[in-house]
Amino acid sequence: MSRQANRGTESKKMSSELFTLTYGALVTQLCKDYENDEDVNKQLDKMGYNIGVRLIEDFLARSNVGRCHDFRETADVIAKVAFKMYLGITPSITNWSPAGDEFSLILENNPLVDFVELPDNHSSLIYSNLLCGVLRGALEMIRKLRYTANA
Amino acid sequence: MAIFSVFVVNKAGGLIYQLDSYAPRAEAEKTFSYPLDLLLKLHDERVLVAFGQRDGIRVGHAVLAINGVDVSGKYTADGKEVLEYLGNPANYPVSIRFGRPRLTSNEKLMLASMFHSLFAIGSQLSPEQGSSGIEMLETDTFKLHCFQTLTGIKFVVLADPRQAGIDSLLRKIYEIYSDFALKNPFYSLEMPIRYVIPLPRFWSKPPCSPSLCVFPQCHFEV
Repeated sequence: MSRQANRGTESKKMSSELFTLTYGALVTQLCKDYENDEDVNKQLDKMGYNIGVRLIEDFLARSNVGRCHDFRETADVIAKVAFKMYLGITPSITNWSPAGDEFSLILENNPLVDFVELPDNHSSLIYSNLLCGVLRGALEMIRKLRYTANA
Repeated sequence: MAIFSVFVVNKAGGLIYQLDSYAPRAEAEKTFSYPLDLLLKLHDERVLVAFGQRDGIRVGHAVLAINGVDVSGKYTADGKEVLEYLGNPANYPVSIRFGRPRLTSNEKLMLASMFHSLFAIGSQLSPEQGSSGIEMLETDTFKLHCFQTLTGIKFVVLADPRQAGIDSLLRKIYEIYSDFALKNPFYSLEMPIRYVIPLPRFWSKPPCSPSLCVFPQCHFEV
């Protein structure tokens, strides 16, 4: 659905149930189609990647954040600005590696998994793997070195 | 019209969207009798005035129409070759319209890639690291404003030198791009944008006719 160009920057209020149910239907259909948890995880990551490469532009257009100076700033922007904008939650940033190049995002109230219970036969399924793909796609688009902002 | 052109350039330097909305250019239409006192030359696939400047017809102007029939390149719309037609005394008197030649789509593609390269050079010349690149190019007749996103897409707007608020226009165009181009699942990234765009409210009338747009499938509707 398209939005008016003079819409302004507040987001539309929408039922999150439809979003949760849509995602659930998507994952269950993938499970039926692939029958193998690893394949489903891979597909979710791919889909997330395709979402991420487009979502990053929307994020940059709306949030006006500039270039981050270090990885900690990147982690902050992801958790406090991006997740807040798109999912309405603020995951916590923990588990920094000693070198400072790895961290964990813990999502307490992930809207994708509302009402979801993973059965035993899908123990290796990563249900929210779409989000991992989104992050991968989005960050890859701004990581690429270009002549312009090169060192 | 305060905004003359909008260009969107992808990461590789290819032009993916272009829109022109010039005010009507100075054109002169005159009736001539044989022999023609202007010297016309074929240059770059266009018939240009090489000598004989007078009455609003200047050197460098192209033949735009003959007897009301539009000319494209060196042929008229009915397939006649222009120089041959004008060399034949039987076709006179003839009414020819001259004017500043418009850029063809190939020329626009070339200019966009050239600007992309200049932008890269500009950033490398910067004494400080992490330069934003060329933000503005100023001349006496227009100002070129450029905004490069963190993902490498460049939005270029050519505007009247006195026009203010182009920065927010560039941001707005970025938002529109992220909405209408990127959210269309059938649009492939980095490819030319061929899409019907609902006219943004801040332009009160369609800026140009579809024939001026590089991608004819892309047109505005109110």
